[in-house]
Amino acid sequence: MDVPAIEVRGLSKRYGEGDAAVDALKGVDMRIAPGEVVGLIGPSGSGKSTLLKCLGAVIEPTGGYMVLGGRVAFDGGWKIRDLSGLRRDNIGFVFQAPYLIPFLDVTDNVALLPMLAGKSNREARRQAVELLEALDVGHRAKAAPSELSGGEQQRVAIARALVNRPPVVLADEPTAPLDSERALNVVRILNRMAEQYRTAIIVVTHDEKIIPTFRRLYRIRDGRTFEEAGEGRGT
Amino acid sequence: MISLAGRDILHHWAKYVFTGVGLGLLIGVTLSMAGIYRGMVDDAQVLLRSSGADIWAVQQETLGPYAEPSNMRDDAYRAILGMPGVAEASNVTYLTMQIRQGGRDVRVMAVGSEPGRPGEPPFLVAGRRIARSHYEVVADVRTGFRLGERVRIRRHEYEVVGLTRRMVSSSGDPMVFLPLKDAQEAQFLKDNDAIVNERARTAANPALNRPGVPGLFDAILASQTASRSVNAVLVRVASGHDPEQVAENIRRWKHLEAYTRAQMEEILVSRLIETSARQIGTFLVILAIVSAAIVSFIIYTMTLGKVRELAVLKLIGTRNRTIAAMILQQSLGLGLIGFVIGKTVATLWAPYFPKYVLLLPGDAVRGLVATMVVCAVASLLAIRVALKVDPATAIGG
Repeated sequence: MDVPAIEVRGLSKRYGEGDAAVDALKGVDMRIAPGEVVGLIGPSGSGKSTLLKCLGAVIEPTGGYMVLGGRVAFDGGWKIRDLSGLRRDNIGFVFQAPYLIPFLDVTDNVALLPMLAGKSNREARRQAVELLEALDVGHRAKAAPSELSGGEQQRVAIARALVNRPPVVLADEPTAPLDSERALNVVRILNRMAEQYRTAIIVVTHDEKIIPTFRRLYRIRDGRTFEEAGEGRGT
Repeated sequence: MISLAGRDILHHWAKYVFTGVGLGLLIGVTLSMAGIYRGMVDDAQVLLRSSGADIWAVQQETLGPYAEPSNMRDDAYRAILGMPGVAEASNVTYLTMQIRQGGRDVRVMAVGSEPGRPGEPPFLVAGRRIARSHYEVVADVRTGFRLGERVRIRRHEYEVVGLTRRMVSSSGDPMVFLPLKDAQEAQFLKDNDAIVNERARTAANPALNRPGVPGLFDAILASQTASRSVNAVLVRVASGHDPEQVAENIRRWKHLEAYTRAQMEEILVSRLIETSARQIGTFLVILAIVSAAIVSFIIYTMTLGKVRELAVLKLIGTRNRTIAAMILQQSLGLGLIGFVIGKTVATLWAPYFPKYVLLLPGDAVRGLVATMVVCAVASLLAIRVALKVDPATAIGG
């Protein structure tokens, strides 16, 4: 396996203290290579969202070791001070709902990230349009998010997650609101982009339609992950 | 970097414009209040300037004709005229009264002055100056009188022969200029019943109606009906003389109070208008607080409505200072929209105020700065809320 884009060892997360303490993660281990798309599945309350928040540098794990994009991000404590910079430059997010910024058009929704990273408006928009075209929504570049269909909005959200070419993308139930055809299309796009940009993508899902498409799966139960071989070869 | 605040304002332009209209009306009222104060000060300065006087000689221990009643004999001006440094001196009377005209009451300040002397209006906008000794008036256009119109003042009818502009008293009443003798009569002459009554009382007084002194009774009656008082003597100082020195000589040798223009302006602006100024100042502070509360509430509720977007922005790596700047700019944008509307409405409705409203560019600039400061302060609560938004809420779970 290549140098991992995501490596997690013994990651734990405890909410609360004393008798009220809840261990949401109890020593999670993961290793995902650049360009790989893996599924993260598990029942409600198993710790999927907590793991995603830890990987997204949104909440601080209680213990363990975590490499994101080839950099040691956590080793008993945060090793990177600028977490918002870490998220901006190393992690892309795709949510269950697209959560596009309603007051920005499609291009600027995508171009915002490179702009935040310090790129010029022109360069950021060029990059955004290029990616939107690659995702077949280039023709809606000037539209407002509210004018797009659900599938188009999700593709724009994927473009936003990938525009800074982050080594890691975390997708939280990205196909939940979509029908089978569109859901498989989204997975197809994620696989294509992972391969093209060498991005490691974790897809949290309950969606039975797309679970068979993953080559590798992590099943999470009671705060622990179990690696499984998937049936799929992508889509 | 694109302006997130600008895009949000454009996206929700109707919300911002309608909110801006509400805020703008409030700012318009604030600017108008400042304009009313400026107008009062300007009225006072115009009143002094237009009188053409360098010194006001008035009754001892009074503040002069505009602030307190002042009564002095109408021959005092002769003595003043003979003093060194005095180029001109003339009697004037001032009387605030109600004139009934065409079914409406017009409150005016009736000014009695002598033609060609200090005290008459410095310019006319229509008609001519008073040419006859009686029954002609020049009126300020704000009285609503027209040339050739006849108005009744006390017992007599007067013809409006000229119109002037911006001639108002310190309380904003338009002025009506009439011949000094007529003005003295209007102010000091008793009505017929009072004269008959006074004559009967004098006739019944043996000390005043002595059988052995012919002519005494008639002389006393004549003195009772004469109106030989004025309110002030306006003095013009000869060139090369110090008005303060001339005023000091009048105080010392003529036993009168004498005020230079600077002193009279201080009386008018600092004493007469002071209470109004404090009133307006208090009102301005209240309006500023109300504006801040409104902007604060609006920006706060708008921010609460964007919690999800803020969480996404934070999650994708938007810095706190970018988010704070966005909310600050939105608040300032709202203030700017409000100010533009406020300035526009204040300018549009200023001519309809009964008193002169003077909107100075300097006040507008100060108003803009104050609006921006108020909006910046008002955005702090919303910024605090925005910075507390947890990016994890975008992920859910």
